[in-house]
Amino acid sequence: MTATRTRARFRDLVAAEWIKLWSLRSTYGVLAVGALICVGITANSARSNVALIARSASPLQRLGIDPMIAASMQEAFQILGVVAGSVGAIMIFGEYTSGLIRTTFTAVPARRSVVLAKVVVMTAVMVAFGGLVSAASFGLTQAIYHQEHIGLSITAPGAFRAAAASALLAPVCALVGMALGAVIRHAAGTIVAAIGVLVLAPGLFQGETYRWVKEIGNAMVYPAWAALVKNPAFQVPTVPGRPSPGGATEKYPVTITEAWIVFAAWAIAAVVIAVTTVDRREV
Amino acid sequence: MIEVNQLTKRYRKVTAVDSLSFTVRPGLVTGFLGPNGAGKSTTLRMILGLTEPTSGTATIDGSRFRDLPRGLRHVGALLDAGDVHGGRSASAHLWALARSNGLPRRRVDEVLDQVGLASAAGRRIGGFSLGMKQRLGIATALLGDPPVLLFDEPINGLDPEGVLWARGLFRRLAAEGRTVFVSSHLMSEMQNTADELIVIGRGRLIAAQPLAEFAARSTKQQVTVRTPDATALAALLTAEGATVTAHDDGGCTVTGLTAARIGELAFDHRILLHEVTTQTASLEEAFMELTADSVEYLAGDQR
Repeated sequence: MTATRTRARFRDLVAAEWIKLWSLRSTYGVLAVGALICVGITANSARSNVALIARSASPLQRLGIDPMIAASMQEAFQILGVVAGSVGAIMIFGEYTSGLIRTTFTAVPARRSVVLAKVVVMTAVMVAFGGLVSAASFGLTQAIYHQEHIGLSITAPGAFRAAAASALLAPVCALVGMALGAVIRHAAGTIVAAIGVLVLAPGLFQGETYRWVKEIGNAMVYPAWAALVKNPAFQVPTVPGRPSPGGATEKYPVTITEAWIVFAAWAIAAVVIAVTTVDRREV
Repeated sequence: MIEVNQLTKRYRKVTAVDSLSFTVRPGLVTGFLGPNGAGKSTTLRMILGLTEPTSGTATIDGSRFRDLPRGLRHVGALLDAGDVHGGRSASAHLWALARSNGLPRRRVDEVLDQVGLASAAGRRIGGFSLGMKQRLGIATALLGDPPVLLFDEPINGLDPEGVLWARGLFRRLAAEGRTVFVSSHLMSEMQNTADELIVIGRGRLIAAQPLAEFAARSTKQQVTVRTPDATALAALLTAEGATVTAHDDGGCTVTGLTAARIGELAFDHRILLHEVTTQTASLEEAFMELTADSVEYLAGDQR
C-alpha cells in the first residue's frame, strides 16, 4: 500500500475554495442584500434630487447638483465595503470558528497555498460583485438624472474612474476582511474590527490643522476612494448677489495617483498578513 | 508506517507530551490508549502537523506531514467529528475536500455509500447527529484511499450497530495492508479491535506491545470459589495468605492463591467445592492498573 504522489495543482485549490464559497447559503444572501441596499440608496438619492429640481423655482437648482455624488454615495459604499469585508472575513474565520480549518489543513498541508487560493477566489468574486453594484449604481442614477438632462455618460470626465474605484472598493475591503479574520479568528470581533478599520478610523484622522493627521487619513481606504469618485468637471454655480462658494480649497488633498497606490497597498498588505498569520499560527 | 521519535510538547506550564517514541506498523490496527488528558489528541495533531512539537519528530512513511503538498492520498484522518462547517451539505463538504486534492467526484459518492450516509448526502451537516458526523469524518478519512489512517475517538456517539461497523471497517482497512491508528480512552473499545496497543499517561509512554501481552501484564489473578462451607474455607485460605471477599450469592473471590492450590487445601480439609474458576484480568483492569498513577483528572472519593 503506497500513496501515489499527488500532483499538487494550485487550480485544484482554487476550485475547492470556489465550491466552499458557493455551497454556503449565507454567501448568496449577504451579497444580494448588500447589493440591493447599496443600489437602492444611490438610486433613491438621485430620485429625491430630481424631485428637488422639479419643486424648485430657481433654474440654478439643476446646476447646483453634482450628478456624480448620487452614483457614489459615501453611505451606500460604506455598506458595500462592510458587506465585502464581512464576506472576506467569514471565508477565513468561518473555518476557524467551525473547526473546519483542521480538516482543511489535514487535506492540504500547504497552508500558504490554501490562503492564496482563497485570495484568488475572493478577489475574482468581489471584482465581479463590486463591478455589478458600481455599474448598476452609476447606470441607474444617471438614467434617473437624465429626466432633468443632467445625467452623465460613462465617458464624462472622471466618470469611468469613479465607477472603477467603486467597483474595486469591494475586493480591497474583502481582502482587509480576510486579513482581520486571520488575525482575530472570532466572528463578532472580526466584523467590529472591519467596521472600525474601514469606516470609523478615517473619521479620526480628519481636519487640516496638522498635516500628519490628514496624511494618515489620506492613507486609508475610504478617503482614497472619495478622492477617486470626485467629479473633476463639477463647478458650483455662482448665485448672483452671494459670495462665490468655490473659494475654500482642501489642504493636503489625496492625489489620484496616491489614491490608487493606497488601494493597492491595502490589498497587498492584507494578503501578506492573511498568508503569514495563517501559516504561522497553530490550529 | 508512523514513526514518533522523542516527541515533546510543552505549553507554558504543562508538558502535554513528554519524549514520546513509538512506531505504528502497517497491516495492523494499533490502539492508542490513555486516560482523558493523557496527550493522545496532542500527539495525533503533532503527527498531522497541526500542532508544532516543542522538540522531537513525527513522520508518516518517512516524511513530515507538513512537507507534503496534499494530504488525502497519504493520510486519512478523523480528529474531531465537529471539524466541519454546519452550513454545508455532506456532499459539498466532501466534494470541496476531494477537489482540493485532485480526486474525482465519484469518490464522494463512494465514501458516502461506504459509511452509510448516501441518503443524507444533500442534507446540511449542522442537522447531523454526533453519530452521523462521526460517519462523515470517517468518510473524509477514506476519501483519498490512503495507506495510513488516524482516528481520534471514532466510536463516540455511534450506536451499537455503528460501533460494530466501525470495528469491522478498521479490521478490513488493516487487512488491506494499511496502517490504522485508533485512539480511545476506553480499553473495552480496543478489546475486539486492536492488534497492538500504545498506552500513554500524562504524556509519557506506558506500554507499546501486542494486545495479548498487555492483558497478561495485570498482576491481579482472581479465583471465584463456590462452596456450602464458606466460613471454614475463608478461614483456611486467609491463613494461607490469600484475600477472600464474600459475595451475597454464596460465592467468594480469592486473590493471592492459584485455583490449583485452593483445590488442594479444600481437598486436604474435606471441604466440598462447587466451583473453582480462574478469572483472567480483563484488559480494562490491566489498563486501569497501569494508568492509575497517571490519571490527570481523578474524581473525588465516591460517596
